[in-house]
Amino acid sequence: MGTLVQTLASSPSALSTYAAGFATHEGEAHAATGVTAYAWLLVALPLLGAAVLLVGGRRTDKFGPVLATALSWGAFVVGALVFLAMLGRGPEDRAVGIDLFDWVAAGAFKVSAGLLVDQLSMTFVLLITFVGSLIHVYSLGYMEHDPDKRRFFAYLNLFVAAMLLLVLANSYLLLYVGWEGVGLASYLLIGFWNWNPAYATAANKAFVANRVGDFGLSIAIMVMFFHFGAVDFATVLGEAGTNANQGFMTAIGLMLLLGACGKSAQFPLQSWLGDAMAGPTPVSALIHAATMVTAGVYLVVRSAPIFEAAPTAQLVVVIVGAITLLFGAIVGCAKDDIKKALAASTMSQIGYMMLAAGLGPVGYAFAIFHLLTHGFFKAGMFLGAGSVMHGMNDQVDMRRFGGLSGAMKITWATFALGWLAILGVPPFSGFWSKDKIIEAAFIGEGWRPWVFGLATLIGAGITAFYMSRLFFMTFHGKKRWTDDVHPHESGKLMTVPMMVLALGSAFLGLIIGPTGLFTSWLEPVTGAEPEGAHPVIPVPVLMALTLVLVAGGAAFAWLRYWRDEVAVTAPAGNLLTQAARKDLYQDQVNEALLMRPGIHLTRSLVFADGKGVDGAAGGLAALVGGTSSRLRKLQNGFARSYALTMLAGVVAILGALWVIS
Amino acid sequence: MNSYVPILFMLGLGFAFAALSVFTSLVVGPKRYNRAKLEAYECGIQPTPHAAGGGRVPIKYYLTAMLFIIFDIESIFLYPFAVAFNKLGLFALVEMVLFILTVFIAYAYVWRRGGLEWD
Amino acid sequence: MTAVAPLALPAAFQPSNVDYLAILPLLIVFGAALVGVLVEAFAPRERRHVIQVGLAVVGLLGAAVAIIPAAGHQGVTMGLADGSTNRQMFALAVDGPALFMQGTIVLMGVLGILTMAERFGGTGPDAFTPSGASTPGSANETAAARAGALTSEVFPLTMFAIFGMMLFPTTNDLIGMFVALEVLSLPLYILSGLARRRRLLSQEASLKYFLLGAFSSAFFLFGTALLYGYAGSVYFGDLSRAIASGPLAMNGLLLPGAFLVFVGLLFKVGAVPFHAWTPDVYQGAPTPVTGFMAACTKAAAFGAILRLAYVGLDTGRWEWTNALVLVALLTMVVGAVLSVTQTDMKRLLAYSSIAHAGFILVGVLAFDRKAIGAVLFYLVAYGFATIAAFAIVSLVRQNGAEATHLSQWAGLGKRYPVVAGAFAFLMLAFAGIPLTSGFVSKFAVFSAAVGTGGATGTVLAVVGVVCSAITVFVYARVIVLMFFSDAPDDAVEVVTPSVSTTFSIAIGTLVTLALGVLPSALLDLADRASQFVR
Repeated sequence: MGTLVQTLASSPSALSTYAAGFATHEGEAHAATGVTAYAWLLVALPLLGAAVLLVGGRRTDKFGPVLATALSWGAFVVGALVFLAMLGRGPEDRAVGIDLFDWVAAGAFKVSAGLLVDQLSMTFVLLITFVGSLIHVYSLGYMEHDPDKRRFFAYLNLFVAAMLLLVLANSYLLLYVGWEGVGLASYLLIGFWNWNPAYATAANKAFVANRVGDFGLSIAIMVMFFHFGAVDFATVLGEAGTNANQGFMTAIGLMLLLGACGKSAQFPLQSWLGDAMAGPTPVSALIHAATMVTAGVYLVVRSAPIFEAAPTAQLVVVIVGAITLLFGAIVGCAKDDIKKALAASTMSQIGYMMLAAGLGPVGYAFAIFHLLTHGFFKAGMFLGAGSVMHGMNDQVDMRRFGGLSGAMKITWATFALGWLAILGVPPFSGFWSKDKIIEAAFIGEGWRPWVFGLATLIGAGITAFYMSRLFFMTFHGKKRWTDDVHPHESGKLMTVPMMVLALGSAFLGLIIGPTGLFTSWLEPVTGAEPEGAHPVIPVPVLMALTLVLVAGGAAFAWLRYWRDEVAVTAPAGNLLTQAARKDLYQDQVNEALLMRPGIHLTRSLVFADGKGVDGAAGGLAALVGGTSSRLRKLQNGFARSYALTMLAGVVAILGALWVIS
Repeated sequence: MNSYVPILFMLGLGFAFAALSVFTSLVVGPKRYNRAKLEAYECGIQPTPHAAGGGRVPIKYYLTAMLFIIFDIESIFLYPFAVAFNKLGLFALVEMVLFILTVFIAYAYVWRRGGLEWD
Repeated sequence: MTAVAPLALPAAFQPSNVDYLAILPLLIVFGAALVGVLVEAFAPRERRHVIQVGLAVVGLLGAAVAIIPAAGHQGVTMGLADGSTNRQMFALAVDGPALFMQGTIVLMGVLGILTMAERFGGTGPDAFTPSGASTPGSANETAAARAGALTSEVFPLTMFAIFGMMLFPTTNDLIGMFVALEVLSLPLYILSGLARRRRLLSQEASLKYFLLGAFSSAFFLFGTALLYGYAGSVYFGDLSRAIASGPLAMNGLLLPGAFLVFVGLLFKVGAVPFHAWTPDVYQGAPTPVTGFMAACTKAAAFGAILRLAYVGLDTGRWEWTNALVLVALLTMVVGAVLSVTQTDMKRLLAYSSIAHAGFILVGVLAFDRKAIGAVLFYLVAYGFATIAAFAIVSLVRQNGAEATHLSQWAGLGKRYPVVAGAFAFLMLAFAGIPLTSGFVSKFAVFSAAVGTGGATGTVLAVVGVVCSAITVFVYARVIVLMFFSDAPDDAVEVVTPSVSTTFSIAIGTLVTLALGVLPSALLDLADRASQFVR
């Protein structure tokens, strides 16, 4: 705090500069009036649901799931009302701050818990509550026979509450609370069917990767506090836009990116997303496709002034996005598990968003736009996958699907719309958002537009191939069903949400994309798109190139997976296929680089503690063989050796001090 | 240096007293030897390879020894207090009563819980 | 030669100035302990337990209330001021940090006493043996049990320990600090050896704690002697002034003296490399005692460390800071890394407490008033969570004995969701997840370290964050084990506690939650209490 106070005291103009700088980026946050003052209900309603269901226990088994769904819709209604109230104000007056209470107030360190209702957060609120509520409805059907469905809905509500807190928070600290909350809910839901040890392991893996990311975020917050003396958006982003030290900004930016990578499954923390598909399918749709995994993109866009003050960090964001989008696309080509293939696709699409977010003002709006359309079409496809699994005895191997279009007409049709959207076929939603990202990636000077632009272009081609592969293998070609399945269409509770999402996949982009509604809506937050920025390749050429690549990818998939026979067991495949099947060896790399050294380190340290090593004793003995016994005896719980440790410690530290002084 | 002279004097006096005592007892003391007298320690612990209780000294010895030390310390405090009693006044008297009372509580506890009974 | 002239004998006896209101909390606890000894001696056997628990709780609550008037009488007391040399020779300093620590210790002591009082409604035995000195399984022990020997002595012992703990951060000179150290330690040595079950482990723990404690006391005394040699006084005020004006040539006494005194205190908080006793003692001691010891001893010892670092040796900071930085780094890393492979719940919590000691040291080393508040807050947050955690450990049993091996906790969450849920919440607090007290406290100390600790503080904070990230895996493993694993066939049970333990667990958990959601009140109080008197 001291630094800030000094800065303000030393130059009276700093205050006004700060206010001005803030205004350009965030819009002035006004006091809340009318319905907006009740925005806290957005978080409170689902939280209440989670609390009632968890505390109420078995008593709420009957009405719990319906209550949870109703409360989720309630949050959507509140969100819609706030949104309408916001539309009633002029673009510059739309951002509203709501102070809730003084959370931490210790001397100079003050954090008030408050909400920031602006265009960016409202976009997320609408997406989360709408898609979230649809998925609640879908789950009523999907989880109908699960004995633990009350707990499932409690976690789902908890997730919605935490996610809304994450996007509505007005400080990094409160955002961090939501951040941890969605992590917890995700962790609980991945491991929901925890009788299967592999699923519990998957939950752990997600937890570990997320912790690495959270570690980055917490460091970023601490550096922020150190540098700005505050952690609220207004101060931090305002200061970052005006008088900030570039070194600090780079450090904060990189640490924020680490947090974003963990949550959004970006390279190099991408490994958990595929395994997270162990959770129930509605969870995959909501958390691991539409909302939580996009939190990283939100973080980067929200922190735009920081990244703009740190070009290096910004470049790293773009690189991470480019690597991830290609990585996910390649992995997606080889997966036979329908959910894992969709997960790889999610990773790749978020790579697109991340790349766009790293491009600066030319990309922010499109990153969020793509996030929005992706939320619809990917959630729709996940729900479709769940519907297929429902009809196929919970099988996920696409090599045992095929020809389902006849048996499941609605699922097929809704999935087809999602498929067309993700391919970027005009006029479906994905076209309007993804094409813009490709265009934006080609803007710039020097080597960058060529490298990043080509990455997005190639990614679009591969995407067309693997998504078509997925679609054809599942719904077309010969039936390769196992004997005991009898595919059937799912009930209304499941198909209606799929249809609604399919409508979104089809038309959302068309309505708000080319009309400019979305970009102008976000403009007060993300800043205007710079004038006169043109891609290095003319736009029509670029568009044609994209469509040709997409058509080529889809045609290739048609040749191999519709026209030709698909083998029931996976063929050996070439080296790249094998690597892609194993997620490009991400686990092996993680193990070699991170886990093994860690284990060795702990083992060698544990060595000094004879008694607590029951579990590790086997490995320990193998590690050090016969020589260990003598050393272990030396430190095996004897008071005399403990005393010796103390004495040695005293002598060593005193000796070290002596040498220093 | 002057202040150390009395200390040196006391030291010498101590040595002289010890030497005198030993010498006197050698000359005038009766010499009746028995078994107990020839043992290394005359304090009651049998210097056999295995003492009573399987090589352990019964805890009762320590109890007695600790009680002795507590009262020993009490008297150490009482000495200077007694010497300067007339200068210290009521304050010190109250303090000393409190101190003795505290020690007495411990004593009462030991007594009631059977710490003074040998068996 | 020395910076301060030795004290000349006064012409006339001057009684010390004693502000009885300021030391009232101390007097109440000490008085209650003495009455407890008398109760043990004279009260009828069948009513002793009830009387002792009631006396202890009433005494502690009385002391807590007495802190309010004492807060109006802050200042140094129990001694005299020498007008001619302007020296303040006072044994006690009743100031913000001291009173804050006293209040914390007293309130946590209430929870500790209530956990120790657990007898499962009279149907089961409590955690203590009636005959601590006897050989496990010997005829003496059986005879003591048959004779109906009681275990209510633990209450006066605990009260004496609490008295020592309250005195510890209040003392204003090295000798007083040493006396307080011993007063709090000796009862703990005995209490550690009184476990009813696994007696050999308990006796071993007691002996180790005693031997190593004596060893560390020797370091403390040696350091005191060296510092006296340097400054010619043991009062903190004199020490500070002597260091400020002292000759550089005498640093050969100052540096080892300061560090050795710190060693005695660091031993008590379980800082590396003086931590070796912690896992063994935490494991061997009766579980309620472990909880009490972990929470209150840590609070008291850190109170003393704060006073030494900020009042007594503040002027010589540049001499000994490096040593403490080294200790803090070692403590965090060793505590965090070793906790990863623990398989016993009590040992795991022991290593966790070592790591937490390291985090608190980071706060101490920030050398700022704000940091004092952060450290005080941390001690409260950690203490309440720890007492509740150990109380829960004492409830998880197999065939009547505590089941402390981690594998025995598998699947606990499925059969006892409330207890396991509370424990999981406390684990999250230890891990420092937001909305728990652990997060706020970690954030407070680390941001204090980054804010005012300079480059060293930043390094310490970064290492601290990394280490707390490591420990998260440990706590997560416990949660996963409880909720996501299958219970073994010979599953453990959670015995139903009586009101007293339930109360302790509930209060500990609620405080952990409350301090996570609304920490402002306590942070504010800690901040206002962060001014030392000299």
